[in-house]
Amino acid sequence: MPELRRSARGPTRAAYPHARRLAVPLTALALLAGGCGNSPSTLRPHSRPAREIADLWWWMLAAAAVVFLGAIVMLALSWWRRGRPGLPVFGDRDDIARRLVVLFGVLVPLVVLIALFVVADALVVKDTGAPARGSTAMTIEVTGRQWFWTVRYPGTRAITANEIHIPANTRINIVARTADVIHSFWVPQLNRKIDMIPGLSNRVLLYANQIGRYRGQCSEFCGLEHANMAFDVDAETPAAFRAWLHREAAPATPPATPAQKAGADVFMNDQCASCHTIRGTSARGLVGPDLTHLGSRRTLAALTIPNRLSELREWIRDPQHVKPGNKMPGLNLAPRDLDAVARYLEGLK
Amino acid sequence: MSTAASPGARLHRGRLDRVWTERPGVLGWLTTTDHKKIAALYLFTSLLFFGAGGVEALLIRTQLIGPGLHVLSPAAYDQVFTMHGITMIFLFVIPMTTGAFGNYLVPLMIGARDMAFPRLNAFSFWAYAASGIFLYIGLAAGVGPNAGWFNYVPLASKAFSPGHNIDFYALGLILNGISSTAAAINFIVTIFKLRAPGMSLNRMPLFCYAFLAVSFALVFALPALTLCLVLLELDRMLGFHFYDVAQGGLPLLWQHLFWIFGHPEVYIIILPAFGIATSIIPTFARRRMVAFPLVALGEVLVAFLGFGVWAHHMFAVGLSTIATIYFAAASLIIVIPSGMQLFAWIITILTGKPVFKTPLLFIIGFIVFFIIGGLTGIMVAAIPFDQQVTDTYFIVAHFHFVIFGAAVFPILGGLYYWFPKVTGRMYHERAGKISFWITFAGTTLTFFPMHIVGLLGMPRRQWTYHSGLGWDIYNLLESLGSYLLTAGLLLIAANLIYSRFRGAPAGPDPWGGDTLEWSTTSPPPAYNYAVIPKVSSPYAMWDKEDREEDARRLERGERVLEGGHETPASTVLDAEWDETLDMVSDSPHPILLALALALSFGARLLGHWTLALGLLALGALVLFSWHSVEPEEG
Repeated sequence: MPELRRSARGPTRAAYPHARRLAVPLTALALLAGGCGNSPSTLRPHSRPAREIADLWWWMLAAAAVVFLGAIVMLALSWWRRGRPGLPVFGDRDDIARRLVVLFGVLVPLVVLIALFVVADALVVKDTGAPARGSTAMTIEVTGRQWFWTVRYPGTRAITANEIHIPANTRINIVARTADVIHSFWVPQLNRKIDMIPGLSNRVLLYANQIGRYRGQCSEFCGLEHANMAFDVDAETPAAFRAWLHREAAPATPPATPAQKAGADVFMNDQCASCHTIRGTSARGLVGPDLTHLGSRRTLAALTIPNRLSELREWIRDPQHVKPGNKMPGLNLAPRDLDAVARYLEGLK
Repeated sequence: MSTAASPGARLHRGRLDRVWTERPGVLGWLTTTDHKKIAALYLFTSLLFFGAGGVEALLIRTQLIGPGLHVLSPAAYDQVFTMHGITMIFLFVIPMTTGAFGNYLVPLMIGARDMAFPRLNAFSFWAYAASGIFLYIGLAAGVGPNAGWFNYVPLASKAFSPGHNIDFYALGLILNGISSTAAAINFIVTIFKLRAPGMSLNRMPLFCYAFLAVSFALVFALPALTLCLVLLELDRMLGFHFYDVAQGGLPLLWQHLFWIFGHPEVYIIILPAFGIATSIIPTFARRRMVAFPLVALGEVLVAFLGFGVWAHHMFAVGLSTIATIYFAAASLIIVIPSGMQLFAWIITILTGKPVFKTPLLFIIGFIVFFIIGGLTGIMVAAIPFDQQVTDTYFIVAHFHFVIFGAAVFPILGGLYYWFPKVTGRMYHERAGKISFWITFAGTTLTFFPMHIVGLLGMPRRQWTYHSGLGWDIYNLLESLGSYLLTAGLLLIAANLIYSRFRGAPAGPDPWGGDTLEWSTTSPPPAYNYAVIPKVSSPYAMWDKEDREEDARRLERGERVLEGGHETPASTVLDAEWDETLDMVSDSPHPILLALALALSFGARLLGHWTLALGLLALGALVLFSWHSVEPEEG
């Protein structure tokens, strides 16, 4: 909103003293519209449905501001005229006062509400509903679990967690399910949210009109680590996406260095393998996320910490310290084993 | 007038005093059936819980003052935010409005001498107090409810919440619901049958319309809550599968039942506040309400329509589009009766000669906040927008403007307004005005930035957040606002406590109030009115001839009813004198029944089924002997 920003700062302020009073809300509005760098702001939409919702918001805000100011003016008038009974123009007439109540309380709202209903609940709602069958280019299955996301690409062996790679400018059908309690799938910049309810397969459109990374987060309270149940949507060029999907569908890279081999041994023989799957190995646990290509992910524990060797080591050593309440126990590994496991996992590109 | 001290008046007042005097001391408080004393019990108990809920709010805001803090662990945070919601709704606002304000004022405003069922009234209070203690025992033991006040399954099912946390929630709220149901039935009968002869329904104060509407809403809404809680406990304790999808149960059943209760509940919270506003506005605007019938109709319609909108809490669960569109339309329609009331309040102030004393300031604050909360409420009836912002801080902002701004502000204004009536002393006006501005600023600063941070994508109910998402500054402002708000509330408390002991004497009617309660002494005697008042309009106190007639009747001993605990019953619509009722007197039965019920629930929670049944039987025994002690004929 460049006009608003200018009016908030520009040299006109001295000439129009009222501009100073307007400066604060206008600056706030400008901030709101922009958000800051990485904000998953609903007001920086990157898809048609998200943009329509954002536009709807700005129109509703404008109408609400008019109503609000109108009411404030009436209250201010009542203070201004506190010594005089009756209405400003009409005088002390109860019948007119009553008609004003009907006008402002019934007739004006009726018009506004019908307009809002038609625009929002009859028109925009069509674009935010589940995508029509056959209108999408591919399907991705996302399953919410306490407290991470499993992402499957039907038709391939690719399974990953907390990162959803998609081709940009492509309509994608998200099938949202849960493996335990209710979660809600939400990428504010791309579309409305959809709840993940036990026994139901809900669907929502995912579309990004620009290459980039969009933050998503669980938005239904799901227990202790609801706060740390985020994910990224990586919108890529179709070629980059195809390459990624090809890598992701392949089994894990075998350990190369001696440390990685030692780590793989610890992983398979200690408790790790009973909860995690690494495709192409004997680890087939289903409690935690699939780790087949963990090394290629950007973060650990659903965007809780960055995926670097030091953080990974710290995470395996004491997961309850990093993300209190999550379902992974500290295993009391010897320092050498701990380091080896971390190096093995780091190598799973 | 009622202060007249002629020999005739003194004689009759003396007799009434003797008839209506209750047992003194602590035992007197435990066995009282005087609606004003029960209201005082409700007041102080709900204020205690307001304090507890406030401390919980401050803990939440302190945990979230910056990203990545560890003031609370996730487990503690979940209990604290859950108990904050439960406390503010079930243990503060509703007991404060219906229990304290309604109990004290409804009988006074309709010219009655007590509630229709005084012992049931006492039982309502003790059951409520027991439910609060029950819930807080859970929190103190570290197993407080922790799945949010909305308590969605399967998170709240045994599989994902094996501890006693949810059992405290379910049993505590069932007990609380028993209390509210009893209170609501009592209000309905009191308002329909105990109005002073002459107060036909169209002459009833708007305050009483609000309480009548709320009481009906409670009676019809609470069964849905009780049902979903009972099904939950059957699942958890006896292995039923109402909500277990693996066995053919339905998790969404909980959401439907909960919100069938939960949305009317929102209007149950706000309607008494409307009632308070419609009491304060005519008094300080120095004129009758504009569009009185529309306001009365609006109050009733809001309560009624509130039953048809529950699924607007569920726009993101994947209901069919046609269902969501119906619920959106129904939600929009509620704007009309709310708008009628809103503009009737504003235009009444505008066309009157308003005196901006503290109570009216709080009502103006209420109007401003109600407009903001109402406007954001309209926005979330736009389905796509709701699907975007539901379960974010935008919603937290919306309902705090409605519940704190629009329900608690009238409560605060009402505390100031009726303080002289209840204590006989004036509060400090200047400190009152300052407390308003601090509370107003604190509320705005606490809750307004939540709109923005919600639009910036911050979900609700998260114990911490990452920096760098654009949320830090708004959270900081909100937390600072919550401290400012606390300062304002403490100033109100200090003002009222100081004035209770040092305030100037108030006299019966310091404001030139419009309703009957201002015609009796401050504080009112146990029997409220020495003469059953004459009523010929909704602004009984402004009908000077009627009040003078009351004084003459007292002198003559007419309509004094001093033969016992007597009060007239009148016909439902026209309030013609029907019969003279003999009311029950104070009794230990209510508190014993509440105690037996609460202990039985506790025993059930701990798995002692035999003990639980035994205690229930004891409760039945108390009920059986409910009327064994009756008042003596004077």
